[in-house]
Amino acid sequence: MAHVISDETIEYVGILAKLELSEEEKAQAKKDMGNMLDYMDMLNDLDTEGVEPLFHVYPLSNVFREDVVENGDERDRMLANAPEEKEGAFKVPKTVE
Amino acid sequence: MNRQYETVIGLEVHVELATETKIFCGCSTRFGGAPNTHTCPVCTGMPGALPVLNRQVVEYAAAVGLATGCTINQCCRFDRKNYFYPDNPQNYQISQLYEPICRDGHIDIDTPSGIKRIGIHEIHMEEDAGKLIHDEWEDCSLVDFNRSGVPLIEIVSEPDMSSAEEVIAYLEKLRLIIRYLGASDCRLQEGSMRADVNLSVRKAGSRELGTRTEMKNLNSFKAIARAIEGERDRQIELLEMGRQVVQETRRWDDNKEASHAMRSKEDARDYRYFPEPDLVPVLISDEWLERIRAGQPELRTQKLIRYKKEFDIPDYDAQIITSEKKLADLFEAASAICKKPKKVSNWLMGETMRLLKEREMEADELSFSPEHLAELIRLTGEGVINGSVAKEVFLKIFLEDVDPVKYVEDHGLKTVNDEGALQETVEKVLADNPQSVADYRSGKEKALGFLVGQTMKAMKGKADPQAVNRMLKERI
Ligand SMILES: [Zn+2]
Repeated sequence: MAHVISDETIEYVGILAKLELSEEEKAQAKKDMGNMLDYMDMLNDLDTEGVEPLFHVYPLSNVFREDVVENGDERDRMLANAPEEKEGAFKVPKTVE
Repeated sequence: MNRQYETVIGLEVHVELATETKIFCGCSTRFGGAPNTHTCPVCTGMPGALPVLNRQVVEYAAAVGLATGCTINQCCRFDRKNYFYPDNPQNYQISQLYEPICRDGHIDIDTPSGIKRIGIHEIHMEEDAGKLIHDEWEDCSLVDFNRSGVPLIEIVSEPDMSSAEEVIAYLEKLRLIIRYLGASDCRLQEGSMRADVNLSVRKAGSRELGTRTEMKNLNSFKAIARAIEGERDRQIELLEMGRQVVQETRRWDDNKEASHAMRSKEDARDYRYFPEPDLVPVLISDEWLERIRAGQPELRTQKLIRYKKEFDIPDYDAQIITSEKKLADLFEAASAICKKPKKVSNWLMGETMRLLKEREMEADELSFSPEHLAELIRLTGEGVINGSVAKEVFLKIFLEDVDPVKYVEDHGLKTVNDEGALQETVEKVLADNPQSVADYRSGKEKALGFLVGQTMKAMKGKADPQAVNRMLKERI
Protein backbone atom coordinates (compact mmCIF):
# COMPACT_ATOMS: atom_id res chain seq x y z
CA MET A 1 0.00 0.00 0.00
CA ALA A 2 1.54 3.21 -1.16
CA HIS A 3 -0.67 5.54 0.80
CA VAL A 4 -0.52 5.57 4.58
CA ILE A 5 -3.23 7.53 6.37
CA SER A 6 -1.92 9.25 9.47
CA ASP A 7 -3.68 9.27 12.83
CA GLU A 8 -4.25 13.02 12.46
CA THR A 9 -5.97 12.55 9.12
CA ILE A 10 -8.33 9.89 10.37
CA GLU A 11 -9.07 12.05 13.40
CA TYR A 12 -9.83 15.06 11.18
CA VAL A 13 -11.99 13.12 8.74
CA GLY A 14 -13.87 11.69 11.70
CA ILE A 15 -14.59 15.17 13.01
CA LEU A 16 -15.76 16.38 9.58
CA ALA A 17 -18.06 13.40 9.22
CA LYS A 18 -19.21 13.60 12.86
CA LEU A 19 -18.16 9.97 13.42
CA GLU A 20 -16.86 8.51 16.65
CA LEU A 21 -14.71 5.55 15.68
CA SER A 22 -13.32 2.86 17.95
CA GLU A 23 -9.61 1.96 17.66
CA GLU A 24 -10.42 -1.10 15.52
CA GLU A 25 -12.69 0.94 13.28
CA LYS A 26 -10.01 3.58 12.89
CA ALA A 27 -7.48 0.96 11.86
CA GLN A 28 -9.89 -0.49 9.31
CA ALA A 29 -10.84 2.97 7.98
CA LYS A 30 -7.16 3.89 7.55
CA LYS A 31 -6.61 0.75 5.52
CA ASP A 32 -9.72 1.37 3.36
CA MET A 33 -8.83 4.97 2.70
CA GLY A 34 -5.26 4.04 1.80
CA ASN A 35 -6.60 1.55 -0.73
CA MET A 36 -8.90 4.13 -2.21
CA LEU A 37 -6.04 6.57 -2.69
CA ASP A 38 -3.95 3.85 -4.28
CA TYR A 39 -6.79 3.27 -6.71
CA MET A 40 -6.88 6.99 -7.48
CA ASP A 41 -3.18 6.79 -8.32
CA MET A 42 -3.96 4.05 -10.76
CA LEU A 43 -6.60 6.26 -12.42
CA ASN A 44 -4.16 9.15 -12.47
CA ASP A 45 -1.74 7.02 -14.47
CA LEU A 46 -4.27 6.67 -17.28
CA ASP A 47 -3.94 8.89 -20.31
CA THR A 48 -7.12 11.04 -20.26
CA GLU A 49 -5.88 13.56 -22.77
CA GLY A 50 -8.87 14.83 -24.77
CA VAL A 51 -11.44 12.90 -22.71
CA GLU A 52 -14.39 14.97 -21.49
CA PRO A 53 -14.90 14.67 -17.72
CA LEU A 54 -17.94 12.55 -16.89
CA PHE A 55 -20.28 13.87 -14.23
CA HIS A 56 -23.21 11.60 -14.87
CA VAL A 57 -23.54 8.12 -16.24
CA TYR A 58 -26.78 9.08 -17.99
CA PRO A 59 -26.57 11.38 -20.98
CA LEU A 60 -29.19 13.70 -19.53
CA SER A 61 -29.37 17.44 -19.13
CA ASN A 62 -31.99 20.09 -18.45
CA VAL A 63 -34.42 18.24 -16.23
CA PHE A 64 -36.69 20.97 -14.88
CA ARG A 65 -39.86 21.61 -12.92
CA GLU A 66 -42.13 24.50 -13.80
CA ASP A 67 -42.57 27.09 -11.05
CA VAL A 68 -45.96 25.88 -9.84
CA VAL A 69 -46.88 25.01 -6.25
CA GLU A 70 -47.63 21.30 -6.07
CA ASN A 71 -47.25 20.51 -2.40
CA GLY A 72 -49.76 21.37 0.28
CA ASP A 73 -49.36 21.41 4.03
CA GLU A 74 -47.77 18.08 4.92
CA ARG A 75 -46.42 19.13 8.24
CA ASP A 76 -47.81 16.22 10.21
CA ARG A 77 -46.28 13.69 7.83
CA MET A 78 -42.94 15.49 7.87
CA LEU A 79 -42.89 15.70 11.65
CA ALA A 80 -43.80 12.01 11.95
CA ASN A 81 -40.13 11.38 11.16
CA ALA A 82 -38.82 13.73 13.81
CA PRO A 83 -37.24 12.16 16.89
CA GLU A 84 -38.82 14.99 18.87
CA GLU A 85 -41.16 17.80 17.94
CA LYS A 86 -42.52 20.89 19.60
CA GLU A 87 -45.06 23.44 18.39
CA GLY A 88 -44.95 22.19 14.83
CA ALA A 89 -41.16 22.32 14.67
CA PHE A 90 -38.32 19.80 14.82
CA LYS A 91 -36.86 19.93 18.31
CA VAL A 92 -33.06 19.76 18.43
CA PRO A 93 -30.41 20.38 21.07
CA LYS A 94 -29.71 24.02 21.77
CA THR A 95 -27.68 25.51 18.95
CA VAL A 96 -25.97 28.82 19.56
CA GLU A 97 -24.95 31.14 16.78
CA MET B 1 -3.33 57.09 11.54
CA ASN B 2 -6.18 55.82 9.35
CA ARG B 3 -4.78 57.68 6.36
CA GLN B 4 -1.76 55.42 6.22
CA TYR B 5 -4.07 52.48 5.55
CA GLU B 6 -6.46 51.66 2.79
CA THR B 7 -9.47 49.41 3.07
CA VAL B 8 -10.18 46.61 0.61
CA ILE B 9 -13.75 45.35 0.54
CA GLY B 10 -15.51 42.61 -1.39
CA LEU B 11 -19.12 41.58 -0.94
CA GLU B 12 -21.02 38.33 -1.01
CA VAL B 13 -24.65 39.19 -1.52
CA HIS B 14 -27.39 36.59 -1.15
CA VAL B 15 -30.70 37.37 -2.80
CA GLU B 16 -33.87 35.32 -2.38
CA LEU B 17 -35.48 34.88 -5.77
CA ALA B 18 -39.13 35.79 -6.27
CA THR B 19 -40.27 32.36 -7.43
CA GLU B 20 -43.56 30.82 -6.34
CA THR B 21 -41.89 27.55 -5.39
CA LYS B 22 -38.61 26.35 -3.91
CA ILE B 23 -35.55 25.62 -6.00
CA PHE B 24 -35.80 21.79 -5.94
CA CYS B 25 -39.40 20.97 -4.92
CA GLY B 26 -42.97 22.16 -5.42
CA CYS B 27 -43.32 23.71 -1.95
CA SER B 28 -44.47 27.31 -1.67
CA THR B 29 -41.91 30.01 -0.89
CA ARG B 30 -44.55 32.26 0.68
CA PHE B 31 -43.24 34.13 3.69
CA GLY B 32 -44.86 33.84 7.09
CA GLY B 33 -46.56 30.41 7.05
CA ALA B 34 -46.84 28.46 10.33
CA PRO B 35 -43.61 26.45 10.97
CA ASN B 36 -43.02 23.54 8.58
CA THR B 37 -46.28 23.98 6.66
CA HIS B 38 -44.30 24.49 3.43
CA THR B 39 -42.20 21.36 3.57
CA CYS B 40 -41.89 18.02 1.82
CA PRO B 41 -39.42 15.11 1.78
CA VAL B 42 -37.05 17.04 -0.53
CA CYS B 43 -36.67 20.21 1.51
CA THR B 44 -36.54 18.39 4.83
CA GLY B 45 -33.76 16.14 3.54
CA MET B 46 -35.54 12.79 3.78
CA PRO B 47 -33.35 9.95 2.50
CA GLY B 48 -34.13 9.01 -1.08
CA ALA B 49 -35.92 12.23 -1.96
CA LEU B 50 -34.70 13.67 -5.26
CA PRO B 51 -34.34 17.34 -6.17
CA VAL B 52 -35.67 18.66 -9.50
CA LEU B 53 -34.53 22.12 -10.58
CA ASN B 54 -37.05 24.97 -10.90
CA ARG B 55 -36.64 26.40 -14.42
CA GLN B 56 -37.55 29.91 -13.25
CA VAL B 57 -34.51 29.97 -10.94
CA VAL B 58 -32.21 29.55 -13.94
CA GLU B 59 -34.05 32.30 -15.80
CA TYR B 60 -33.84 34.79 -12.92
CA ALA B 61 -30.17 34.01 -12.28
CA ALA B 62 -29.32 34.43 -15.97
CA ALA B 63 -31.38 37.64 -16.14
CA VAL B 64 -29.41 39.16 -13.25
CA GLY B 65 -26.19 38.01 -14.91
CA LEU B 66 -27.12 39.62 -18.22
CA ALA B 67 -28.11 42.87 -16.51
CA THR B 68 -24.75 43.04 -14.73
CA GLY B 69 -22.62 42.36 -17.80
CA CYS B 70 -21.74 38.78 -16.87
CA THR B 71 -20.79 36.00 -19.22
CA ILE B 72 -23.44 33.30 -18.94
CA ASN B 73 -21.98 29.86 -18.45
CA GLN B 74 -24.08 27.92 -20.93
CA CYS B 75 -23.13 24.61 -19.34
CA CYS B 76 -23.40 24.97 -15.60
CA ARG B 77 -23.67 22.41 -12.83
CA PHE B 78 -24.45 22.03 -9.16
CA ASP B 79 -22.11 20.90 -6.38
CA ARG B 80 -22.54 19.73 -2.81
CA LYS B 81 -21.18 21.78 0.04
CA ASN B 82 -20.93 19.52 3.06
CA TYR B 83 -21.41 20.73 6.62
CA PHE B 84 -23.43 19.80 9.68
CA TYR B 85 -25.83 22.27 11.16
CA PRO B 86 -29.41 21.72 12.35
CA ASP B 87 -30.85 24.25 9.88
CA ASN B 88 -29.43 22.15 7.03
CA PRO B 89 -31.43 18.90 6.94
CA GLN B 90 -29.38 17.08 4.27
CA ASN B 91 -26.05 17.85 5.93
CA TYR B 92 -25.09 19.45 2.65
CA GLN B 93 -26.19 22.49 0.73
CA ILE B 94 -26.70 22.24 -3.02
CA SER B 95 -24.74 25.13 -4.50
CA GLN B 96 -22.43 25.84 -7.44
CA LEU B 97 -18.66 25.91 -7.01
CA TYR B 98 -16.96 24.66 -10.17
CA GLU B 99 -19.30 25.88 -12.90
CA PRO B 100 -21.45 28.77 -11.62
CA ILE B 101 -24.08 30.18 -13.97
CA CYS B 102 -22.54 33.68 -14.37
CA ARG B 103 -19.00 35.04 -14.33
CA ASP B 104 -17.04 38.23 -14.92
CA GLY B 105 -19.64 40.95 -14.68
CA HIS B 106 -19.61 44.44 -13.28
CA ILE B 107 -21.67 47.26 -11.82
CA ASP B 108 -20.76 50.89 -12.36
CA ILE B 109 -21.28 53.11 -9.32
CA ASP B 110 -21.19 56.88 -8.95
CA THR B 111 -18.50 58.15 -6.62
CA PRO B 112 -17.43 61.72 -5.83
CA SER B 113 -14.45 61.20 -8.15
CA GLY B 114 -16.50 59.81 -11.02
CA ILE B 115 -17.82 56.46 -12.17
CA LYS B 116 -16.14 53.44 -10.65
CA ARG B 117 -16.49 49.93 -12.01
CA ILE B 118 -16.97 47.18 -9.42
CA GLY B 119 -16.25 43.73 -10.74
CA ILE B 120 -18.56 40.78 -10.22
CA HIS B 121 -16.55 37.62 -9.86
CA GLU B 122 -19.47 35.23 -10.21
CA ILE B 123 -23.14 34.61 -9.53
CA HIS B 124 -24.25 31.17 -8.47
CA MET B 125 -27.54 29.47 -7.64
CA GLU B 126 -28.08 27.69 -4.34
CA GLU B 127 -30.68 26.75 -1.75
CA ASP B 128 -31.45 28.56 1.48
CA ALA B 129 -31.32 26.84 4.89
CA GLY B 130 -34.11 26.49 7.46
CA LYS B 131 -34.64 28.75 10.42
CA LEU B 132 -33.61 28.01 14.00
CA ILE B 133 -35.70 29.43 16.79
CA HIS B 134 -34.34 29.32 20.30
CA ASP B 135 -36.79 28.00 22.86
CA GLU B 136 -36.01 29.69 26.18
CA TRP B 137 -38.50 27.58 28.06
CA GLU B 138 -36.83 24.23 27.44
CA ASP B 139 -33.44 25.62 26.44
CA CYS B 140 -33.51 23.80 23.11
CA SER B 141 -33.75 24.90 19.49
CA LEU B 142 -36.73 24.48 17.17
CA VAL B 143 -36.25 24.08 13.43
CA ASP B 144 -38.65 25.47 10.85
CA PHE B 145 -37.86 24.24 7.33
CA ASN B 146 -40.25 26.58 5.48
CA ARG B 147 -37.26 28.56 4.24
CA SER B 148 -35.20 25.46 3.50
CA GLY B 149 -34.86 25.16 -0.27
CA VAL B 150 -35.93 28.72 -1.07
CA PRO B 151 -33.86 29.69 -4.13
CA LEU B 152 -30.97 32.07 -3.67
CA ILE B 153 -28.43 33.60 -5.94
CA GLU B 154 -25.13 34.61 -4.42
CA ILE B 155 -23.45 37.53 -6.14
CA VAL B 156 -19.75 37.59 -5.35
CA SER B 157 -17.99 40.86 -6.10
CA GLU B 158 -14.31 41.43 -6.70
CA PRO B 159 -12.52 43.18 -3.80
CA ASP B 160 -12.90 46.48 -5.64
CA MET B 161 -14.54 48.68 -3.00
CA SER B 162 -12.66 50.83 -0.54
CA SER B 163 -15.24 52.57 1.64
CA ALA B 164 -18.67 52.20 3.20
CA GLU B 165 -20.03 54.73 0.69
CA GLU B 166 -18.89 52.63 -2.25
CA VAL B 167 -20.37 49.51 -0.69
CA ILE B 168 -23.75 51.20 -0.19
CA ALA B 169 -23.68 52.59 -3.74
CA TYR B 170 -22.94 49.12 -5.10
CA LEU B 171 -25.71 47.51 -3.05
CA GLU B 172 -28.25 50.17 -4.02
CA LYS B 173 -27.45 49.74 -7.69
CA LEU B 174 -27.59 45.97 -7.45
CA ARG B 175 -30.91 46.14 -5.63
CA LEU B 176 -32.34 48.52 -8.21
CA ILE B 177 -31.35 46.21 -11.08
CA ILE B 178 -32.75 43.10 -9.40
CA ARG B 179 -36.01 44.84 -8.49
CA TYR B 180 -36.37 46.12 -12.05
CA LEU B 181 -35.95 42.56 -13.27
CA GLY B 182 -38.58 41.41 -10.77
CA ALA B 183 -36.14 38.70 -9.66
CA SER B 184 -36.44 39.62 -5.96
CA ASP B 185 -37.84 42.34 -3.72
CA CYS B 186 -34.39 42.64 -2.09
CA ARG B 187 -35.43 43.66 1.41
CA LEU B 188 -32.52 43.72 3.82
CA GLN B 189 -34.71 43.90 6.91
CA GLU B 190 -36.69 40.83 5.95
CA GLY B 191 -33.63 38.94 4.80
CA SER B 192 -34.49 38.65 1.11
CA MET B 193 -31.18 40.45 0.50
CA ARG B 194 -28.21 39.68 2.77
CA ALA B 195 -24.74 41.08 2.45
CA ASP B 196 -21.59 39.58 3.92
CA VAL B 197 -18.66 41.95 3.96
CA ASN B 198 -15.11 40.72 3.36
CA LEU B 199 -12.70 43.35 4.55
CA SER B 200 -8.98 43.75 4.93
CA VAL B 201 -6.66 46.70 5.38
CA ARG B 202 -3.20 47.34 4.03
CA LYS B 203 -0.62 50.09 4.13
CA ALA B 204 -1.50 52.74 1.57
CA GLY B 205 0.23 52.00 -1.70
CA SER B 206 0.98 48.39 -0.83
CA ARG B 207 -0.01 45.86 -3.46
CA GLU B 208 -0.28 42.89 -1.16
CA LEU B 209 -3.67 42.16 0.37
CA GLY B 210 -3.98 41.96 4.14
CA THR B 211 -5.69 39.15 6.01
CA ARG B 212 -9.42 39.51 5.64
CA THR B 213 -12.35 38.86 7.90
CA GLU B 214 -15.91 38.13 6.91
CA MET B 215 -18.71 40.04 8.63
CA LYS B 216 -22.21 38.59 8.84
CA ASN B 217 -25.61 39.61 10.22
CA LEU B 218 -25.86 42.99 8.53
CA ASN B 219 -29.50 43.82 7.98
CA SER B 220 -29.62 47.46 7.04
CA PHE B 221 -27.49 49.86 5.02
CA LYS B 222 -26.75 51.74 8.23
CA ALA B 223 -25.56 48.55 9.95
CA ILE B 224 -23.35 47.78 6.95
CA ALA B 225 -21.77 51.22 7.07
CA ARG B 226 -21.18 51.02 10.83
CA ALA B 227 -19.79 47.48 10.61
CA ILE B 228 -17.34 48.48 7.86
CA GLU B 229 -16.05 51.41 9.85
CA GLY B 230 -15.87 49.38 13.05
CA GLU B 231 -14.02 46.50 11.42
CA ARG B 232 -11.56 48.75 9.59
CA ASP B 233 -10.69 50.51 12.85
CA ARG B 234 -10.37 47.21 14.70
CA GLN B 235 -7.96 45.79 12.12
CA ILE B 236 -5.85 48.95 11.98
CA GLU B 237 -5.65 48.98 15.74
CA LEU B 238 -4.44 45.36 15.79
CA LEU B 239 -1.76 46.09 13.19
CA GLU B 240 -0.66 49.22 14.99
CA MET B 241 -0.20 47.19 18.16
CA GLY B 242 1.99 44.82 16.18
CA ARG B 243 -0.60 42.06 16.28
CA GLN B 244 -2.13 40.09 13.46
CA VAL B 245 -5.56 39.99 11.96
CA VAL B 246 -7.01 36.49 12.22
CA GLN B 247 -8.92 35.21 9.23
CA GLU B 248 -12.34 34.49 10.70
CA THR B 249 -16.05 35.08 10.40
CA ARG B 250 -17.43 37.73 12.70
CA ARG B 251 -20.97 38.50 13.67
CA TRP B 252 -22.01 42.14 13.83
CA ASP B 253 -24.18 43.26 16.73
CA ASP B 254 -25.71 46.53 15.63
CA ASN B 255 -27.06 47.37 19.09
CA LYS B 256 -23.62 47.09 20.65
CA GLU B 257 -21.99 48.47 17.49
CA ALA B 258 -19.36 45.76 17.81
CA SER B 259 -18.61 42.36 16.34
CA HIS B 260 -17.45 39.07 17.79
CA ALA B 261 -15.83 36.03 16.23
CA MET B 262 -18.27 33.25 15.38
CA ARG B 263 -17.50 29.77 16.56
CA SER B 264 -19.72 26.77 15.84
CA LYS B 265 -19.58 25.76 12.19
CA GLU B 266 -16.55 27.89 11.52
CA ASP B 267 -14.40 25.35 13.34
CA ALA B 268 -14.02 23.31 10.20
CA ARG B 269 -14.21 25.30 7.00
CA ASP B 270 -13.57 22.25 4.95
CA TYR B 271 -16.70 21.81 2.88
CA ARG B 272 -15.43 18.94 0.70
CA TYR B 273 -17.36 20.11 -2.34
CA PHE B 274 -18.11 17.54 -5.00
CA PRO B 275 -20.37 17.45 -8.08
CA GLU B 276 -24.02 16.97 -7.10
CA PRO B 277 -24.95 13.49 -8.32
CA ASP B 278 -28.73 14.03 -8.03
CA LEU B 279 -28.89 16.85 -10.56
CA VAL B 280 -28.01 16.83 -14.24
CA PRO B 281 -26.14 19.67 -15.97
CA VAL B 282 -28.00 22.79 -17.08
CA LEU B 283 -27.39 23.57 -20.74
CA ILE B 284 -28.49 27.05 -21.71
CA SER B 285 -28.83 27.11 -25.49
CA ASP B 286 -28.26 30.26 -27.53
CA GLU B 287 -32.01 30.33 -28.24
CA TRP B 288 -32.90 30.13 -24.56
CA LEU B 289 -30.40 32.81 -23.66
CA GLU B 290 -31.78 35.01 -26.44
CA ARG B 291 -35.31 34.54 -25.07
CA ILE B 292 -34.16 35.61 -21.61
CA ARG B 293 -32.34 38.58 -23.11
CA ALA B 294 -35.41 39.59 -25.12
CA GLY B 295 -37.58 39.34 -22.01
CA GLN B 296 -35.39 41.75 -20.01
CA PRO B 297 -37.33 44.84 -19.02
CA GLU B 298 -35.98 48.26 -19.82
CA LEU B 299 -33.50 49.12 -17.08
CA ARG B 300 -33.07 52.47 -15.43
CA THR B 301 -30.34 53.93 -17.63
CA GLN B 302 -32.37 53.27 -20.77
CA LYS B 303 -35.52 54.58 -19.12
CA LEU B 304 -33.85 57.87 -18.22
CA ILE B 305 -32.80 58.41 -21.81
CA ARG B 306 -36.29 57.64 -23.09
CA TYR B 307 -38.01 59.85 -20.51
CA LYS B 308 -35.89 62.76 -21.62
CA LYS B 309 -37.14 62.27 -25.17
CA GLU B 310 -40.76 61.37 -24.49
CA PHE B 311 -41.87 63.32 -21.46
CA ASP B 312 -41.65 66.95 -20.60
CA ILE B 313 -40.66 66.49 -16.97
CA PRO B 314 -37.62 67.85 -15.10
CA ASP B 315 -34.49 65.67 -14.96
CA TYR B 316 -34.74 65.56 -11.20
CA ASP B 317 -38.27 64.11 -11.39
CA ALA B 318 -37.13 61.53 -13.92
CA GLN B 319 -34.27 60.51 -11.62
CA ILE B 320 -36.60 59.98 -8.66
CA ILE B 321 -39.35 58.25 -10.62
CA THR B 322 -36.93 55.78 -12.23
CA SER B 323 -35.25 55.04 -8.90
CA GLU B 324 -38.05 52.54 -8.21
CA LYS B 325 -39.60 50.29 -10.84
CA LYS B 326 -42.99 50.63 -9.16
CA LEU B 327 -42.96 54.42 -9.52
CA ALA B 328 -41.80 54.22 -13.12
CA ASP B 329 -44.56 51.71 -13.97
CA LEU B 330 -47.22 53.90 -12.33
CA PHE B 331 -45.90 56.97 -14.08
CA GLU B 332 -45.89 55.41 -17.52
CA ALA B 333 -49.30 53.75 -17.17
CA ALA B 334 -51.06 56.82 -15.74
CA SER B 335 -49.45 59.13 -18.31
CA ALA B 336 -50.55 56.87 -21.14
CA ILE B 337 -54.17 57.15 -19.96
CA CYS B 338 -54.43 60.84 -19.11
CA LYS B 339 -51.75 62.18 -21.49
CA LYS B 340 -50.56 64.59 -18.80
CA PRO B 341 -47.14 63.28 -17.69
CA LYS B 342 -46.30 66.51 -15.91
CA LYS B 343 -49.39 66.20 -13.71
CA VAL B 344 -48.71 62.51 -13.02
CA SER B 345 -45.15 63.35 -12.08
CA ASN B 346 -46.39 66.08 -9.73
CA TRP B 347 -48.66 63.65 -7.89
CA LEU B 348 -45.85 61.09 -7.58
CA MET B 349 -43.16 63.56 -6.58
CA GLY B 350 -45.42 65.47 -4.19
CA GLU B 351 -48.23 63.71 -2.36
CA THR B 352 -47.05 60.15 -3.06
CA MET B 353 -43.55 60.80 -1.73
CA ARG B 354 -44.91 62.70 1.25
CA LEU B 355 -47.33 59.91 2.20
CA LEU B 356 -44.68 57.21 1.72
CA LYS B 357 -42.37 59.05 4.05
CA GLU B 358 -45.08 59.79 6.59
CA ARG B 359 -46.10 56.13 6.67
CA GLU B 360 -42.52 54.77 6.50
CA MET B 361 -43.41 52.77 3.42
CA GLU B 362 -41.31 51.83 0.42
CA ALA B 363 -42.36 52.65 -3.12
CA ASP B 364 -42.78 48.99 -4.04
CA GLU B 365 -45.57 48.77 -1.46
CA LEU B 366 -47.72 51.23 -3.42
CA SER B 367 -50.99 49.54 -4.28
CA PHE B 368 -53.11 52.09 -6.14
CA SER B 369 -53.91 51.71 -9.81
CA PRO B 370 -52.68 54.10 -12.50
CA GLU B 371 -56.28 54.29 -13.82
CA HIS B 372 -57.48 55.93 -10.61
CA LEU B 373 -54.66 58.45 -10.54
CA ALA B 374 -55.39 59.30 -14.19
CA GLU B 375 -59.09 59.75 -13.36
CA LEU B 376 -58.23 62.07 -10.49
CA ILE B 377 -56.11 64.17 -12.82
CA ARG B 378 -58.98 64.35 -15.29
CA LEU B 379 -61.45 65.40 -12.57
CA THR B 380 -59.12 68.16 -11.43
CA GLY B 381 -58.36 69.29 -14.97
CA GLU B 382 -62.03 69.56 -15.85
CA GLY B 383 -62.69 71.58 -12.71
CA VAL B 384 -65.02 68.93 -11.29
CA ILE B 385 -63.11 69.09 -8.00
CA ASN B 386 -60.72 71.69 -6.68
CA GLY B 387 -57.15 71.24 -5.50
CA SER B 388 -57.77 70.64 -1.82
CA VAL B 389 -60.56 68.13 -2.50
CA ALA B 390 -58.18 66.40 -4.94
CA LYS B 391 -55.65 65.92 -2.16
CA GLU B 392 -58.33 64.46 0.06
CA VAL B 393 -59.41 62.05 -2.68
CA PHE B 394 -55.80 61.15 -3.46
CA LEU B 395 -55.27 60.05 0.13
CA LYS B 396 -58.19 57.63 -0.33
CA ILE B 397 -56.69 56.39 -3.59
CA PHE B 398 -53.30 55.97 -1.94
CA LEU B 399 -54.75 54.04 0.98
CA GLU B 400 -57.60 52.06 -0.53
CA ASP B 401 -57.34 52.56 -4.28
CA VAL B 402 -60.87 54.00 -4.40
CA ASP B 403 -62.43 54.96 -7.71
CA PRO B 404 -62.25 58.78 -7.58
CA VAL B 405 -65.33 59.33 -9.77
CA LYS B 406 -67.48 57.23 -7.48
CA TYR B 407 -65.88 58.62 -4.33
CA VAL B 408 -66.46 62.23 -5.36
CA GLU B 409 -70.05 61.39 -6.31
CA ASP B 410 -70.81 59.49 -3.08
CA HIS B 411 -69.36 62.16 -0.83
CA GLY B 412 -70.75 65.17 -2.67
CA LEU B 413 -67.32 66.67 -3.28
CA LYS B 414 -67.97 68.25 -6.65
CA THR B 415 -67.11 71.89 -6.91
CA VAL B 416 -70.26 73.95 -6.74
CA ASN B 417 -70.54 75.90 -9.95
CA ASP B 418 -73.95 77.16 -9.00
CA GLU B 419 -73.39 80.93 -9.30
CA GLY B 420 -76.52 81.67 -7.26
CA ALA B 421 -75.46 79.67 -4.19
CA LEU B 422 -71.95 81.04 -4.34
CA GLN B 423 -73.18 84.59 -4.76
CA GLU B 424 -75.40 84.26 -1.72
CA THR B 425 -72.52 82.96 0.40
CA VAL B 426 -70.15 85.68 -0.78
CA GLU B 427 -72.68 88.37 0.10
CA LYS B 428 -73.14 86.85 3.54
CA VAL B 429 -69.38 86.62 4.22
CA LEU B 430 -68.93 90.25 3.20
CA ALA B 431 -71.78 91.36 5.44
CA ASP B 432 -70.42 89.36 8.39
CA ASN B 433 -66.86 90.67 8.10
CA PRO B 434 -67.00 94.46 7.63
CA GLN B 435 -63.59 94.92 9.25
CA SER B 436 -61.83 92.70 6.68
CA VAL B 437 -63.63 94.48 3.87
CA ALA B 438 -62.42 97.80 5.22
CA ASP B 439 -58.87 96.41 5.64
CA TYR B 440 -58.79 95.23 2.04
CA ARG B 441 -60.06 98.57 0.80
CA SER B 442 -57.30 100.33 2.73
CA GLY B 443 -54.72 98.21 0.89
CA LYS B 444 -54.25 95.13 3.08
CA GLU B 445 -54.09 92.36 0.46
CA LYS B 446 -54.08 89.72 3.16
CA ALA B 447 -57.64 90.49 4.12
CA LEU B 448 -58.84 89.03 0.81
CA GLY B 449 -57.26 85.71 1.68
CA PHE B 450 -59.23 85.64 4.90
CA LEU B 451 -62.47 86.34 3.06
CA VAL B 452 -61.73 83.60 0.50
CA GLY B 453 -61.09 81.23 3.40
CA GLN B 454 -64.36 82.12 5.07
CA THR B 455 -66.28 81.62 1.84
CA MET B 456 -64.62 78.26 1.13
CA LYS B 457 -65.45 77.19 4.68
CA ALA B 458 -69.08 78.19 4.28
CA MET B 459 -69.15 76.24 0.99
CA LYS B 460 -67.61 73.22 2.78
CA GLY B 461 -64.56 73.41 0.53
CA LYS B 462 -66.48 72.64 -2.61
CA ALA B 463 -66.26 75.99 -4.35
CA ASP B 464 -63.77 76.85 -7.04
CA PRO B 465 -61.30 79.14 -5.21
CA GLN B 466 -60.70 81.19 -8.37
CA ALA B 467 -64.40 81.90 -8.80
CA VAL B 468 -64.61 82.89 -5.13
CA ASN B 469 -61.67 85.22 -5.55
CA ARG B 470 -63.17 86.87 -8.60
CA MET B 471 -66.59 87.31 -7.02
CA LEU B 472 -65.24 88.83 -3.83
CA LYS B 473 -63.09 91.32 -5.74
CA GLU B 474 -66.07 92.34 -7.86
CA ARG B 475 -68.08 93.15 -4.78
CA ILE B 476 -65.59 94.99 -2.63
ZN1 LIG C 1 -40.34 20.91 -0.33
